[in-house]
Amino acid sequence: MTSTKRRVFLKGTLAAGTVGVAVGAGLLAPSQLLAAWPEPAFQARGFDASLEATLGTTNLPAGDISITAPEIAENGMVVPVTVETAMGDVTEMALFVEKNGLPLTSMYVLGTGAVPMFATRIKMGESSDVVAAVKSGGSWYGARQEVKVTIGGCGG
Amino acid sequence: MSTIRVRAQEADGVVTVRALITHPMETGTRKDSAGELIPPHHIQVVNAEAGGSEVMTAYWNTTISRNPFFQFQFAGSKGDTLKLSWSDNKGESDSTEVSIS
Repeated sequence: MTSTKRRVFLKGTLAAGTVGVAVGAGLLAPSQLLAAWPEPAFQARGFDASLEATLGTTNLPAGDISITAPEIAENGMVVPVTVETAMGDVTEMALFVEKNGLPLTSMYVLGTGAVPMFATRIKMGESSDVVAAVKSGGSWYGARQEVKVTIGGCGG
Repeated sequence: MSTIRVRAQEADGVVTVRALITHPMETGTRKDSAGELIPPHHIQVVNAEAGGSEVMTAYWNTTISRNPFFQFQFAGSKGDTLKLSWSDNKGESDSTEVSIS
């Protein structure tokens, strides 16, 4: 029951856009609104829903963005990814894994003097495109790169 | 002992920060040996401050790897203090300060 409610709720939030997202975050978990962790974006399932909840659009024109990630990752639990861009006036960046159950891995808000780059290590459930989004001059741009994940057994 | 190990090194006016945080980053979908779901436990916010300003804020999902690595850069100076902090979905948190070298 609870999960059905939330699913309907999330759909509503997506349709309502940014205001809905803010309200949704408040209703879903007031404590997390304080931490400013955008729960609807992080909980969105499916790539398009995740883009919409995170960026407010699924339209991601190609940007001058470089993604450094392995072509083949033996261990999907630890995939190193670096994102950097030569674009100017960058305020936010986000990193998605298209085929993950929860596609949005992380968001970055750039503060004073921040260089538009980050590197981290992410989990990937299966081979997928990794998608980086960069907000430059108020608009979102994207880039993608395929990472093949070898699902190993004990010997991995 | 801090859960955060961080280095901040300046070159040509740009500070490169490399941090390793000790944290389980549980997704909430794994089961323990008794077959019970392990509840999600993951860092949600990482914040970096230098010279009294926020330089970077990261928001993380459960899909950031266990014992997270995080690298970023900002315009800064040797000798300044970088403060790095995190908080997770259980309300736990930690922070540390390091001098930029």
